[in-house]
Amino acid sequence: MSNYDAIVIGAGHNGLTNAAYLAKAGLDVVVLEKNEYIGGAAVSRELQEGWKYSSCSYVCSMMRQAIHRDLDLGRHGLILVPYLGTVNFGDGDERLFQYHDEEASHLELMRHSPHDADAMHRFQTDLTRYSQLIRKTLMRTPPEPTSLRPRDLMEFLYLARQFWSLGEKEIYEYVRFFTMSAAEFLEDYFENDLVKAAMASPGIIGTALGVYSPGSSYILLHHVMGDVDGSIGAWGLARGGMGAISDAIAGAVKENGGEIRTNAGVQQVLVEGRKAVGVVLENGDEIRADIVVSNLDAKRTFTRIMDRNDLPDGIYEKAKNFKIRGSSGKVNIALSGLPKFTGVPDNPYINRGGQGFTGSLETMERAYDCWKHGGWSDDPFVESVIPSAWDPTVAPTGQHWMSNFVQYCPPELADGPWTPEKRDAFGESVISKIERYSPGFRDLIVHMEVRTPHEIENEIGLTEGNIFQGELTIDQLFFNRPFPGYGQYRMPVKNMYMCGSSTHPGGGVSSVCGANAAREILLDLRRTNTVPEDDFYDE
Amino acid sequence: MTDRFAGERLKLSPFYPREEALNIREAWSSWNGYKFAEYYYDPEFEYFCVRNLCATYDITPMQKYEIRGRDAEAMLNRMVTRDVSKIGMNRVAYCLWCTDEGRMIDDGTIFKLADDRFMLTCGSPCTAWLRKSAFGFEDVTVTDITDDLAALSLQGPTSCATLKRMGLDGIDTAKPFDIMHFPYHGDTLMVSRTGFTGDLGYELWIEPGLGLQMWDDLYAAGEDCGIQPYGEAATNMARLESAFIMPAMEFNEALRTVNLDHDQTPFELSLGWLVDFRKPHFSGRAALLEHKKRGPKYTLTKLDIEGNRPAEGAFIYSNKRCTREIGYVTSAMWSPAVKANIALAMIKTEHLDGELWAEIHYEKELRQYHRVAKCTRKKKPFWAPDRARATPPPDS
Repeated sequence: MSNYDAIVIGAGHNGLTNAAYLAKAGLDVVVLEKNEYIGGAAVSRELQEGWKYSSCSYVCSMMRQAIHRDLDLGRHGLILVPYLGTVNFGDGDERLFQYHDEEASHLELMRHSPHDADAMHRFQTDLTRYSQLIRKTLMRTPPEPTSLRPRDLMEFLYLARQFWSLGEKEIYEYVRFFTMSAAEFLEDYFENDLVKAAMASPGIIGTALGVYSPGSSYILLHHVMGDVDGSIGAWGLARGGMGAISDAIAGAVKENGGEIRTNAGVQQVLVEGRKAVGVVLENGDEIRADIVVSNLDAKRTFTRIMDRNDLPDGIYEKAKNFKIRGSSGKVNIALSGLPKFTGVPDNPYINRGGQGFTGSLETMERAYDCWKHGGWSDDPFVESVIPSAWDPTVAPTGQHWMSNFVQYCPPELADGPWTPEKRDAFGESVISKIERYSPGFRDLIVHMEVRTPHEIENEIGLTEGNIFQGELTIDQLFFNRPFPGYGQYRMPVKNMYMCGSSTHPGGGVSSVCGANAAREILLDLRRTNTVPEDDFYDE
Repeated sequence: MTDRFAGERLKLSPFYPREEALNIREAWSSWNGYKFAEYYYDPEFEYFCVRNLCATYDITPMQKYEIRGRDAEAMLNRMVTRDVSKIGMNRVAYCLWCTDEGRMIDDGTIFKLADDRFMLTCGSPCTAWLRKSAFGFEDVTVTDITDDLAALSLQGPTSCATLKRMGLDGIDTAKPFDIMHFPYHGDTLMVSRTGFTGDLGYELWIEPGLGLQMWDDLYAAGEDCGIQPYGEAATNMARLESAFIMPAMEFNEALRTVNLDHDQTPFELSLGWLVDFRKPHFSGRAALLEHKKRGPKYTLTKLDIEGNRPAEGAFIYSNKRCTREIGYVTSAMWSPAVKANIALAMIKTEHLDGELWAEIHYEKELRQYHRVAKCTRKKKPFWAPDRARATPPPDS
């Protein structure tokens, strides 16, 4: 006998989204979360009184409006707010200000290179065109390339039509784009080193690739295809931190009758006769359900909470070899005041938004070299934001918190496992990099949380601390995500599904994986679909 | 050198020196003869300051009238449709007034400052109508104090925190529509918990000579609360989310309406709750009774529209084929806070409960497109956070 219609393992934002849609369709759903808090990597945590860190993901752009609107997340307390102005710091005194206003940005680029100022228009136009096509695939289940089912064929036809509509030249460009490095891609547009470095940086965030590695240009696109209210490429903050997103979706789960249990880690998925029938919790409790959905990454799902003998041949190996390399660290810092940066004017629209400690393509590549050798760079690439300057709810008034995303940080060190001392030394490399551009920064520090892949994996369960639940390389994208033959959210065991970022369309706080998986589940159950179409089809 | 164009230059608000420095986009328009910011930096950002931090809006150009005398209350009570005798001391009430035909002239707020002293504020100049309304009353004087009172609206979730940091002790005890007075540099700073954004907010009223001082004090206090000036563009976004009506958008002022029937009754604007038939005679009473009995021809309706294309200027139809026209959109936008495509529309009352479709025209890279989108009626304002009503309000 089943206790529930469906169990969702993991209360990350995709698991919650999945549960919300299943509950909305009338299913009796329970979400099981190992931690005492929900949200997974979309979480706000008060580790120092008065400060709320978005301790993992920290900015938001990919959250699909269609889902935000459909689940009425606004009513559940979610509001996404913009932050303005980004400064990219060169290796030396060079600064690149990315203003909110097009004219201002143009004038700023002119200062660096009239050529690049001009080329930026072409770059933005091309990127928008590329991302428009990808965006159309987001809220659709990828077709199986070998399937002759009408649904798959129709979907292929749809995609072919979209692709063909680009025209011959653009199709070539597009294919090239997917296999190029970010640096090569940018070479075609820009001449200024800092401009190139600044534009390339989204190509390495979260990935174990360098700016010169083939495939990094797609990562770049993945980071700019989101939008804030139709402004493609824009990033915003969730008021109250990223946890506000998870809390709002959890509100929608509960409103539709779903249940969320924390401190309920799953030990094992129960399989009987090649069918998933429930789970056993770490405390030994058994919960049975007609359907089991895993929001864990593919590697963790198949190598950690499933019995190898329950899986068809080859799946365990595929999961074991799933590319999910940890490459990033995160340093969250509570500050007693707003840091001041050298060479940055006292303009509130530019001096407290985002900071890209970008250096140059070379600096970024050298940092990648260190990662390859199982270490971290003394001169890391750091992408920072000061959310408290734009969100009054995340730090005491007049004090601040700074989110620092660090590329690169290895999951395992060449000289043995991570220790608290090594973690702190890694944190120090970030502080001293910032201090270089903000003398006195160190004195502002009230509290600090340093997160290496080790912490990220152990706290929120992302294998190797990979923020995307698996590399976003072409071999692991679209119908190949997580592995060929399993690109439609259904898993090798009957009645079992996946809904995390290991599935199409991949990482990011988008809610799409969870929503798409729900659509497939409801299709299998012959229930009325509750998952919306994307709002942006008329772009 | 004399200014050859002096006669047609716009007036400058007492806050202008600060506004000029902050309007780095040079985005100016005008309001009631004052030079007035359309926006300062970016309309959408300023809108978000109202929803997320706090922001100031210069309401000096709003028309302000002092109505004094033993008959002040009676005079106002005969002019507006709401019962002025019910307004408490140091309270504000939202009111509207109509022609004898029951068509709306304007809306505004009445501040009761003493038994014989009121302030009326409204969007358009109203001197002539006020004088007409005072006819027959013995002890009432109407003075236009627009230029004698600087006013700044401070709106947003950190607005109360900002005022507390400015030293306005006790401001957190002010309930919505309360008025408080604070001694300020030898004068008085009047603060009302009012605004046009549907959010937590206050309006600050000060002698013009102290305007800049107040601006500086406010901005010093608000610096860590994210204070930012905002203009007309952000105001229009915020008010639409709160479903507040705007002249020349939702209603055509009756005294400026050429074609009879192009103006509106309060019932058509869903403002029937502001018309109090239990009180003695007031302008338009008989006609309004008749309007109420017949029911409004059109009804101002809140719409949630599918898709993300704002339905600006769209017609509303009762069928998807768009052959039966039943109304028109008055204001429309994509709401960034609510994440919905919202609009206010005038729809023929008899069709309200049926299907509603909007034919939306939009442009992409100069090419014109149109689509038909399903509309859903909303009963409540699109945006109405709890903090707007909470006393004491939260700090953020």
